[in-house]
Amino acid sequence: MEKLSFRHTTQNALAGAKAQAITGVVASGNLEVLLERALPATECTVEIETPIRGYGEVWAAVVADFVARAQPGGLRITINDGGARPDTVSLRLLQGARLMEV
Amino acid sequence: MTLAEILASLFPEGHSVTVADGLVNGEGPFRGGRLAVIGIDGDTALGVDGACRLAGHVLDVVRRGDATPILVAIDSDSQRMSRRDELLGLNEYLAHLAKTLLLADAKGHPTVGLIYGHSAAGAFIATALATRVLVGLPGANPSVMDLPSVARVTKLPLDRLEAMAKDTPVFAPGLDNMVRTGAVQAVLDPDQPLAEQIAAVIDALPAEDTRDRAGRERGGRPVAEAIAAQVVREAAFG
Amino acid sequence: MSERIIDPATKGWAASWYEASARARIDGLLDTGSFREVIGPEQRRMSPHLPLFDLPRAFDDGMIVGSGRLDGQPVLVAAQEGRFMGGAFGEVHGAKLVGLLRAALALKPAAVLILFDTGGVRLQEANAGETAIAEVMRAITQLRAAGVPVIGLIGGRAGAYGGGGLIAATCSRLVVSEGGRISVSGPEVIETNKGAEEFDSRDRALVWRTMGGKHRRLTGGADAYADDTVAAFRQAALDLIGRAPAFDLATLEAEQARLEQRLTRFGDCRDATEIWARLGVNDPEAVPALTTADFDALLARLGETTHDAR
Repeated sequence: MEKLSFRHTTQNALAGAKAQAITGVVASGNLEVLLERALPATECTVEIETPIRGYGEVWAAVVADFVARAQPGGLRITINDGGARPDTVSLRLLQGARLMEV
Repeated sequence: MTLAEILASLFPEGHSVTVADGLVNGEGPFRGGRLAVIGIDGDTALGVDGACRLAGHVLDVVRRGDATPILVAIDSDSQRMSRRDELLGLNEYLAHLAKTLLLADAKGHPTVGLIYGHSAAGAFIATALATRVLVGLPGANPSVMDLPSVARVTKLPLDRLEAMAKDTPVFAPGLDNMVRTGAVQAVLDPDQPLAEQIAAVIDALPAEDTRDRAGRERGGRPVAEAIAAQVVREAAFG
Repeated sequence: MSERIIDPATKGWAASWYEASARARIDGLLDTGSFREVIGPEQRRMSPHLPLFDLPRAFDDGMIVGSGRLDGQPVLVAAQEGRFMGGAFGEVHGAKLVGLLRAALALKPAAVLILFDTGGVRLQEANAGETAIAEVMRAITQLRAAGVPVIGLIGGRAGAYGGGGLIAATCSRLVVSEGGRISVSGPEVIETNKGAEEFDSRDRALVWRTMGGKHRRLTGGADAYADDTVAAFRQAALDLIGRAPAFDLATLEAEQARLEQRLTRFGDCRDATEIWARLGVNDPEAVPALTTADFDALLARLGETTHDAR
């Protein structure tokens, strides 16, 4: 397993007050994303465990793009990856952020 | 030990236990009363017909209304793998057999499993694992799946699995690993009379299911007991 | 990749029980907002063993347990996620169900609901999974003896195979849908061990009529047949709670008679259609395509498939 960890600063906190959400399932080509409102308002961390090694740069790009689009300030995001493609990862992250905005 | 040796050691005065189609049934004198024996011998696979017959034997014991202990002696294959068995609902037959043993236990019959050979998967769950306490004899070889098959399914090299099996009892076949998981309480001494050893097991029957605690203490199931206990503590209605 | 990315906020997506995730099934089954999870994903009680095999873990280990309300009644519920490791029983996965059943002994809920979706024992944790299945079966019979119904719901993509099939048949009552298969050895396992002449696992029609929901319901292996919707499973569970058989000698003697009779009547049948014909189904070949309404009408005519002998 490869462990990756990213820390970003956002311009603002994610809207909404939901404390936590989970989306997705650990399965082939899929992943689960756990989101917790656990950090200061303009911080976001993303931790990933993946069985597919050597894609750190792709993950970094996908996470950076997500942070820029969703501004997920305050979220600690943890991912269990089952070997998802980058577009699936993006969709799940955005879906998770939406769940937190409720 | 062979079944004949086991029965001779259990019942020095003789017994009525017979084996037909690999199915064991009968009884012998035990502590002034009787000890009922059911089981599977000769690495026989357990199918719908066998499970139904064994369950009938257990119900015969329960119906007598006394507290006759029941020994479940096992040297079986896995469940019988066939289209006919599944067509007829093998899951119901195996569960029914387990339920008769669990009912016997609930009605005051001490139930003791004794694995002296092989057993696996559904046949193991329906018989020896459905008793209050399961003990083993040296040489017994319970397994869920042999390592070459595990290697095929997990796509891991066999030599790596064999190395992992040495210090990871949670997946590797064998009696020692089932002891460390807590499923097998103890291994008996084949050189001492089994009658006394089984009597001691019956006298020390745990009041509740202690297999997960044993699994934690012996290191084979490090977290199961704590997880189950946390659910018991925290489950509530709001 | 066929898995759809679905927004749970949009309505109608959870209509199919088969397609829904374990969490979505629980949400749709219980009264809105009533579910309280125990050992939620944020606690990260993941498998201690899967990393040894270089396999990814799930925050809930594929088993979700907790309490909630079903039409106002307090229930405990456990749901397996069939897409994670095939819903298989590992150490944490199994222990959560064991704990829930033990909790029920003290809490005395109106029922315990088990949402099966499992291929059986997780090979990487085989000894722990197998032992947990034995613990679960013991705990279910203790609960039933204490008067708490244990209702199994089977309609997920992984079915109820291996030890899952044995646990299912230990429950007080079972609801099954067309897609819900119940069996011990799976089609691939039989084929691998005994050859394709014994069981051709690629013959999907054979799989459905040998292990599928309609066959199990017709032969008394399940008590209710439900449409593949969360709403239908909810209604079926509600209907069955009040009709749970006791766990006693009379019930098991009746089950012994029921299972012996099945061997006598159908023991020489090669195919499910032969069994259905002997049951009195006029057109056995038509059974797989019957709608739920037509299938229920057929069941009502046959009568004998409904029983308390479980």
